[in-house]
Formats: sequence, C-alpha cells, structure tokens
Amino acid sequence: MATKKVVALTGNQAAAEAMRQINFDVAAVYPISPQTELMGFFAEYVANGEVDTDMVAVEGEHSAMAACIGAAAAGARTITASAGPGIAYMVENLYIASGMRLPIVLLDVNRALSAPLSIHCDHADSMLTRDTSWISLFAENAQEAYHHILMAVKISEKAMFPIIVNYDGYIVSHSIENVELLDDETVQNFVGPSGIHRIPYPLLDIDHPVTYGATAQPDYYTECKYQQHVDFLKVYDIVREVFDEFAEISGKKYDFIEEYQTEDAEYIGISMGSSFGTLKDAVDKLRAQGKKVGAVKITLFRPFPRKEIAKALSKAKGVVVLDRADSFDGIGGPLFKDVAASLSDSENKPLLHNFIYGLGGREVHEEEFMKAFERVERLEKGIDTRENLVEYLQVRE
Amino acid sequence: MAKKRPIALLAELASNKEDFGGMPLAPGHRMCIGCGIPPIVNEVLLAIDEPVVVSTATGCLEVTTGVYPVTAWNVPWIHVNFQSAAAVIGGVEAAYKVLKKKGLYDKEVKFVAFGGDGGTYDIGFQSLSATVERGHDFLYVCYNNEGYQNTGYQKSSATPIGAYTKTTPVGKEKIGKQEPRKDLTMIMAAHGIPYTAQAAPHIYRDLTKKVKKAMSFKGPKFINVLQPCTLSWRFAPEDTMRLAKLAVETRYWPVYEVIDGKYWKVNVKPKRPKPIEEYIAAQPRWKHVLKYPEIVEKIQKEVDEKWNHLLALEEMSKKLAEKEGVDYEKLFELPKEEN
Repeated sequence: MATKKVVALTGNQAAAEAMRQINFDVAAVYPISPQTELMGFFAEYVANGEVDTDMVAVEGEHSAMAACIGAAAAGARTITASAGPGIAYMVENLYIASGMRLPIVLLDVNRALSAPLSIHCDHADSMLTRDTSWISLFAENAQEAYHHILMAVKISEKAMFPIIVNYDGYIVSHSIENVELLDDETVQNFVGPSGIHRIPYPLLDIDHPVTYGATAQPDYYTECKYQQHVDFLKVYDIVREVFDEFAEISGKKYDFIEEYQTEDAEYIGISMGSSFGTLKDAVDKLRAQGKKVGAVKITLFRPFPRKEIAKALSKAKGVVVLDRADSFDGIGGPLFKDVAASLSDSENKPLLHNFIYGLGGREVHEEEFMKAFERVERLEKGIDTRENLVEYLQVRE
Repeated sequence: MAKKRPIALLAELASNKEDFGGMPLAPGHRMCIGCGIPPIVNEVLLAIDEPVVVSTATGCLEVTTGVYPVTAWNVPWIHVNFQSAAAVIGGVEAAYKVLKKKGLYDKEVKFVAFGGDGGTYDIGFQSLSATVERGHDFLYVCYNNEGYQNTGYQKSSATPIGAYTKTTPVGKEKIGKQEPRKDLTMIMAAHGIPYTAQAAPHIYRDLTKKVKKAMSFKGPKFINVLQPCTLSWRFAPEDTMRLAKLAVETRYWPVYEVIDGKYWKVNVKPKRPKPIEEYIAAQPRWKHVLKYPEIVEKIQKEVDEKWNHLLALEEMSKKLAEKEGVDYEKLFELPKEEN
C-alpha cells in the first residue's frame, strides 16, 4: 500500500523529487531559466549519491537532446529539461527523437521566446513542439507536474514515443504549494526497472547490431512517416491506460481534459496550465451573477483530445479559447485552431473566439477572463461584431 | 597460432572479425568509386578488438551506408544529424557507464564517432569540443575531404587557401577561398585530451597503430585523417592514395601524434620534401593557383611554418619529457599486450 506524505514544495522541487524517485539513468541538461533551479536540485541528488543518474552537463540544448537520443537508443532511461529558447534550440532533434521512436522525457518549464527577451511564462516554447510527434501533457500546478512526470515515463515507454511534461515557468516552477508525494518504492514499482531491453532495439545489444537514423529516399519516407502517424493515434489508449493505473496507486484520476461546471454551461472557457485556477474563479464569479458558464482544461495536449473537446462543447453556445501564445497568422493561437478543428464533426457549432493572454509572464486575473466571457456572449447574441477571430486580452492602452 | 607482426596487416585484422563478414562496414554501400572513406572506416574499426558502437554525422559516409531499408553497418550504428556525432556518442557512452554501474549491463564496449570536416571543423565543432571537455571515453575520427562534398563541394573551414569550391569560385576579383584552412588537430590537442593525431589512409599501419594507441587511453581521443575526394578535387578514382601520399610527401599533411596535449611526435619526416606545386597540380580544384605565384608562395609558407612549428613542438616535448623524467619514446609505444 502506498504511503503518502504532504510536503511544501515548489514546482521545480516537486519535479526534482519525481526525477529522484524514478532514478533516471541519464539526464543530459543545459541551464536556462526557469529550469535552472530544477537541475540544481537534481544535481544535489547526483552529488550526494541519492541517485545513480549520469548527469551529462552539455554545452547547449541541441546537444542535450542529441545526447538524450544517444542514451535512449543505447537503452537507458533518459530525461532532459529546458525552457523557451532552449526548447527552440532543440527542436530539430525533437523530430529526430520521435522519428526514431525513442522514449525520452522532456520537462518544459514554459517560458516565452525572444524578442524581446523574456524569462517569464507563456506557451510559445511548447507550441514549437506541437507538430513534433512528442506526446505532450500540461500540468496546472506542482502536484500535477509531479504526477505527470511519474506517468510520463510509463506512457513514453509503452508508446515508444518521447513525451513532454509542461509546467508554467515561475508561476508553477517557483511557487510553493502543498504536494502529496508517493513513497519511493511505490514509484519504482510503478515505473518498473531500467535495462536495455525495455526497448526493442537497443544499440548496446551488440550481438544484434542495428542501424538508427538511416536515410530514406522518396520511395520509403512516406511509409516511415505513415507508421509514425498510425502509431501516434494509438497513444490515446496508452495514456488512458496509464492514467488508470496511476489512479490505483495515487488515488488521483486524470483525464485528457478536466471539466468544471460544463454540464449546463452556455459559455465555456478553455485554457491550459496554471491559468485554469483563475478561469475557475472567473466561472464562480459569473455563476454567482447567474451566468451559465463553465471551464475546460487541456491536460493531454498531444495527441489532441478532439473527441473529448467536441463532447464537452456539444451544448455550448459560445467558447472562450485562451491561448498563451500567438500564431501571428490572421486566424488565432494554436489552441484556438485545435479546438475549432475538433468541432469539425459536431452538430453543435458554438461561436468560437480567441483571446491571447499571459504573454511573457503577464499576470492574469479573473476579471480579465470574465471580460472574455462577456465579449463572447455579446458576439454570440449579435450585440457585438468582430473584425478578427483573435484579440489580445490584456493590452495596456 | 602464427606469430603476430608488431602491427597486423589489414587482412589479418579483417580475419579476426569473421562474425562481421570480415568488415565492420560491409561492401555494397553507395560511396563513390575511389573514395577513401570506406578504407578509413574499416581500418579504424578493425584496429579495435572490442565490440564498438558507432555514431556518424550527416555527410558522405552517412548518406551512402544507411539507406532505408538496407544498411552497410555490421556494428550498432546511429546517425542523428550533421552537428551531433560527438554529443550522440557521448549520450551512448553515458548510458553504457551508468547501466554498468547499476549492474544492468556487463559487456565491454568501445565508442567511435565519425564525421567529415563539415560535421567536425564547422557545424559539429561545438558539440565535439564539449563532448571532449566532458571526458567521455570515445574516439572521434574526422575524415577530412576539405569541403562539403556530399552537397556538391562548398567550402568548409578545412578548405585550403585558393581552392575552388562552389561557394568560393575562381572569379575576376577572387581566386577561390580567401582564408587558410583551420588547424583543427592543433585545437583538439589544446583540449589536453589523452590522444590526438593526424593520419593518412595510405599509411594504414600508422593509422591502425594510432587507433590502437588511442584506444589504450581512457577518455576522449581525436584522429584527423586526410581523405582526398576524387569527385570534388577532380582527380581519377585510382589516384586517391597517391594524392594522400603526395600530401604527406609535400608536408601539406603532416602525420603526427600528441599525448596529453603536450608530447608531440612527427611520425613521417620526408627527407626530400616535394614542392607544394606537385600536390596542387594533381588537383583540378586547386591547380588554377599555379598561375598566381603569390598564392603558391603563401601556401608554401603556411606549409613550411606549420612544419617547423611541429618540429619545434617535438623538440620541446623531448626536453619536457627529460625534465619530467619520462621516457619520450616509450610514451608513443603501444601497450605491451598490443605488441
């Protein structure tokens, strides 16, 4: 039986604790705010022999992911962590990791992209990863970050795809919360032992030499990508399976999305990450005013939970899609387009409107989300009109 | 058992690897006729007794040997991209180390990375320098064909001054590449790693001895091998080894080794060095400079200065060894069991 204890931890401390309990074989990392603190905590575990991990302190994020690919292909349980520009720098290798079907865990402590330089939170970095065929989870708080990392190892190894765990820079990474921790033994039993034969074709199986990273000409490239496409669709079931298994040891049952007051909601807001709590506060305040509103949080960002979203919005009149990154494309943010595409087969076609918020660490308050709900209601009722599908929520005039 | 020669012939090395069909890199790959890369790769890998895992940078070697769904590699092999051959093998080696420490793996394995000069001197240099600095136990071999030959011959920082490439054409105002080549071997030696060397494929006994010597050290090792490119340097395919020989005989490509970044030894000292013109004239990519005595003079000056610098380093090493009470000659010998 799992024993649990509640400890006050920052998001980065909780993540480091998960890494310690899993006892990864290899961690190839390069410092970047707001991830630096996490690696500092973990380096202490390494220095004190509390983990067996070989921490490879590389010279940049591109090499961090290259070393992770080498380590994972060799047969080691492998992790890295980064943020913002660091994620941008490793993008080339993200495609290679998933194309080689390697289980690797990447912690993205979400940070804005330059220019202008900002070390603070938004989701622009994660949006660079959305087409990379990495599984992607968004944690709302330190507790979820801790849980997601434990589940990520298992999901990744079952699916043979790499996985990203996102948690918001500073807002989650540096804020102290109560976090319920599982005991080491429970975690280790849950993730299972390491060893090269966790994967089908380890490089270190020298009696069976394999070639990783071949060239494919036009006669085979499509078939390689199609296999990847087909297998990535199988990730839904694998994630569900692991979520169920995790509920058994932790008592916490995750779903692809989390719904709040959506049952009878006419207007629904959708967000990812730490802003969901603020969104729920906005819902509570509007409910108190008699408005039928609700909220949806995306937990599984890739593959996108399109069926669950369609179901959650099947009775809505209007939807507030909250993007913490802009696509600068005349349509809307990445999440907005994902939500819109998810409704392709829906009979109900709610009015969708996109709001860009929280860029570069801009603080977000429930009043702003309440305004977004109000705007969508007015658009839906024909009181307001719109020039664009996307608006900025928090610009100082 | 027949008495082993001090250094095995290539055929003898190959005969020890029957389980690989004789060659770590099997025939049937798609490299050009006359290319020096396959002999370099096989000479290097055959000189290593233990099983190896190999990583390779994008380039000629990579695109011609692992073309889905076939592979010429009889050893575990990984290619990630152009700039990461070193970082990748560092990751593999880290995995090996930790799995052994955890008692989850018990084989003895060696690690080798191959890259062309583009993937080594240029785009992969940061990754190479850092992997070496971190002290991973691996050998990096650069097959240096002095340009981006896989993409049709553009200049790299290994391209010599005056040479034609597609990005340094011979025009009215500029005659080929304007800058001298980067001396990467010197830079690698400056990392203070256990073993650094320059070699040429035609002196394969020197190359295989260097590989064996390199593998006797724990930590990062680097060998830079000149690889005359029949396609881009535009000489006949049967002349690859002749070109390599000329490069050594003109002192254009000194063959030497460095231990701990401080003991230097020049392995081949041509008694009557040939003039650089002879080497240049054999390469249509470069021979236009013979019309410009001032460029030839510059090239000869670079060659002479580097040669004299090397000899001075060698002299200095001997004095240093004496001062430290170290047997200079013995430093460069193979360990007993290899003899």
